[in-house]
Amino acid sequence: MATTEAALILAPQFDDAEQQHDSDSLGMWVFLVTEVMFFGGLFAAYAVYRYLDFPAFVAASRRLSVTLGAINTAVLLTSSLTMALAVRAVQLGRRRELVYLLLATISLGAVFLGIKAYEYYDDYLHHLIPGSRFAFDGPFPARVEMFFVLYFFMTGLHAFHLIVGIIMVGIITFLAWRRRSVVQGTTQVELVGLYWHFIDLVWIFLYPMLYLVDIHR
Amino acid sequence: MTLVREPVTAHEDYLDAGYSLKSWLLTTDHKRIGLLYMASITFFFFVGGAAATIMRLELMTPRGDVLYTPDSYNRLFTLHGVIMVWFFLIPSIPAVLGNFLLPIMIGARDLAFPRLNLLSWYIYIVGGLLVLGVLIFGGVDTGWTFYVPFSSMFSNTNVIGAAVGVFIVGFSSILTGLNFIVTTHTMRCEGMTWERLPLFVWSMYATSLILVLATPVLAITLALLAAERIWGVGIFDPKLGGDPVLFQHLFWFYSHPAVYVMILPGFGVISEIVPCFSRRTIFGYKFMAGALLTIALVGFVVWGHHMFVSGQSMYAGMVFSLLSFIVAIPSGIKVFNWTATLYKGSIRFDTPMLYALGFIGLFTIGGLTGLVLASLGVNPHVHDTYFVVAHFHYIMVGGMVMAYLGGIHFWWPKLSGRMYPELWGKLAALTVFIGFNLTFFPQFVLGYLGMPRRVYEYAPEFQVLNVMSTAGASILAVGYVLPLAYLLLSLRYGSRATANPWRATGLEWQTESPPPTENFVEPPVVIEGPYAYSPEAAEEADHGHH
Repeated sequence: MATTEAALILAPQFDDAEQQHDSDSLGMWVFLVTEVMFFGGLFAAYAVYRYLDFPAFVAASRRLSVTLGAINTAVLLTSSLTMALAVRAVQLGRRRELVYLLLATISLGAVFLGIKAYEYYDDYLHHLIPGSRFAFDGPFPARVEMFFVLYFFMTGLHAFHLIVGIIMVGIITFLAWRRRSVVQGTTQVELVGLYWHFIDLVWIFLYPMLYLVDIHR
Repeated sequence: MTLVREPVTAHEDYLDAGYSLKSWLLTTDHKRIGLLYMASITFFFFVGGAAATIMRLELMTPRGDVLYTPDSYNRLFTLHGVIMVWFFLIPSIPAVLGNFLLPIMIGARDLAFPRLNLLSWYIYIVGGLLVLGVLIFGGVDTGWTFYVPFSSMFSNTNVIGAAVGVFIVGFSSILTGLNFIVTTHTMRCEGMTWERLPLFVWSMYATSLILVLATPVLAITLALLAAERIWGVGIFDPKLGGDPVLFQHLFWFYSHPAVYVMILPGFGVISEIVPCFSRRTIFGYKFMAGALLTIALVGFVVWGHHMFVSGQSMYAGMVFSLLSFIVAIPSGIKVFNWTATLYKGSIRFDTPMLYALGFIGLFTIGGLTGLVLASLGVNPHVHDTYFVVAHFHYIMVGGMVMAYLGGIHFWWPKLSGRMYPELWGKLAALTVFIGFNLTFFPQFVLGYLGMPRRVYEYAPEFQVLNVMSTAGASILAVGYVLPLAYLLLSLRYGSRATANPWRATGLEWQTESPPPTENFVEPPVVIEGPYAYSPEAAEEADHGHH
């Protein structure tokens, strides 16, 4: 099986490897466009309510930990760096380096989720989770609850995407570790990389929108 | 780097490639998946049609008598709307004819992602069965629009189940759209440039753009609605500072573009049929392709015309009204160019052409009444009346369903390898046309006179027009059952179709009927644009024949 291991598998609908690679790559880009629209609906809702209830959003935003948010931003940006280096490693055919970089990416993603989980737990202790147990002793409690609805929906959806991302990186790590050649996996690593950067990019928007509302005053 | 190709079994027509249930349920052949979709949407079409039939029976008399409660009527029109919109109209032409034809028309062996294509059918079936179960065994009374706060706070029906089903089926649309976009970009054969794409392919491309850009917004909207219902958090609930109009904005941001998903594929089919049966090249090819893309893009910025009386600002209303009028320009280009294509053509009135001509007339009426509704002054008068119901049925039934049936007849020889009975075909087409107009034209009048939609009792002076509408609906039902019967019978008794029974251009007619699994025995090379028809050649061929 050594020969097929080293070969690129071409699906029957394609004429050549280039066509296959272009199709896979464009497919991922179109998928990311749908993801942008998916989050876009939430961003629109956020924009409307931030405009309508700006003072409440300021008060609610102060309850979030800017420090933890900033640490998480740094963690996720670093994971994008290791992911980008992993794509370079697979393109150069460096298998061992690829595996280490993918493992680093997974670890950083897990650290992000751990910090996020701690933040959620802290919110729970402070009765900031919307629903019947919600309590807020500052101004506009109802509007503040709306902020937290959006906060949990947006960060929750983001965390869900990150979990999917970690699973996908886990799969390509396993494949890269098991295979002797990494040629087959080049496109896969590139595509998972695109997805990973997208998750990172969503967070880059979420962090200022949720944590830094009117922070300069 | 060596290339290893997965083995292909060659030169066998796709219907003979296997007869077991497994060979269908696990197929990745775009042609077979198209037929799987055809069977499924036909089922849903008749389910939705049955609901409409009961509604029309109820509306025969001004009193509520057929159904026990008004709520049963609410559940019926919700079932009709949800099933027809998401499980028939949106997948109809794209998932059946698009799946079957798109790869063949561009000279490819399959779509770019065949397994994803099969997955999208399974997602469709899961969503469909879930929604059908919820709608039949529980019932939902919100209408297909799920407007809040009724759907989130007051309705005691299975809104969440229906929303989850529609959410799921949305991913089927997204995957189909993604597959079509990538296929059109990367899988065209040698010589198939963008300027040589058949207009049907352009229509699939424009439709796919809408599917991938709009459907995710519906998904997130329904997710928010479900969250509001489950956890009692108020995203759209005014008590918590939520805004019910935001729901309408998000909903119509998807659902108005989705209206164009329910008509652009029809444009594509008509643009194939009209040149073929008038033996003329399409008039203004570039404008026809451009109009499809323009409608798809402008269609994203007109959603507010559904909300003139919902409390959006007057200035927003004015802008949305103006933008809605702009959609009439590319739509007008389509109608005028089809008409110009007919001019000095050698016209034949075969069944597909009857449907195509019917489409052009009915779409024109549907489109022009859309302008009436887009006018800020007139809209409040006819808002939520039968005028709206008549308008969108002229587009969706008079337009899309006619185009779908026309397309099914046109490509039936290719799909099945058999000819349908021409006389029965013409008879059914006329029955559909007469039944349709008798059903829906009176509804324009009813709406103009002030009969509201979504009611099961009405003022006695509306009865005559309602009886006409119900009579038309029964004719229409006959018109829909006829093709189901003779098309199925033709599979056994129809004469065998040649590769190109209509002497049509286009790659799909250059391969056998039905095509081999890999579509073409030799990879095709394209050397000219689509619709290289000549009326003179057609005349000569006819004379030589007699």
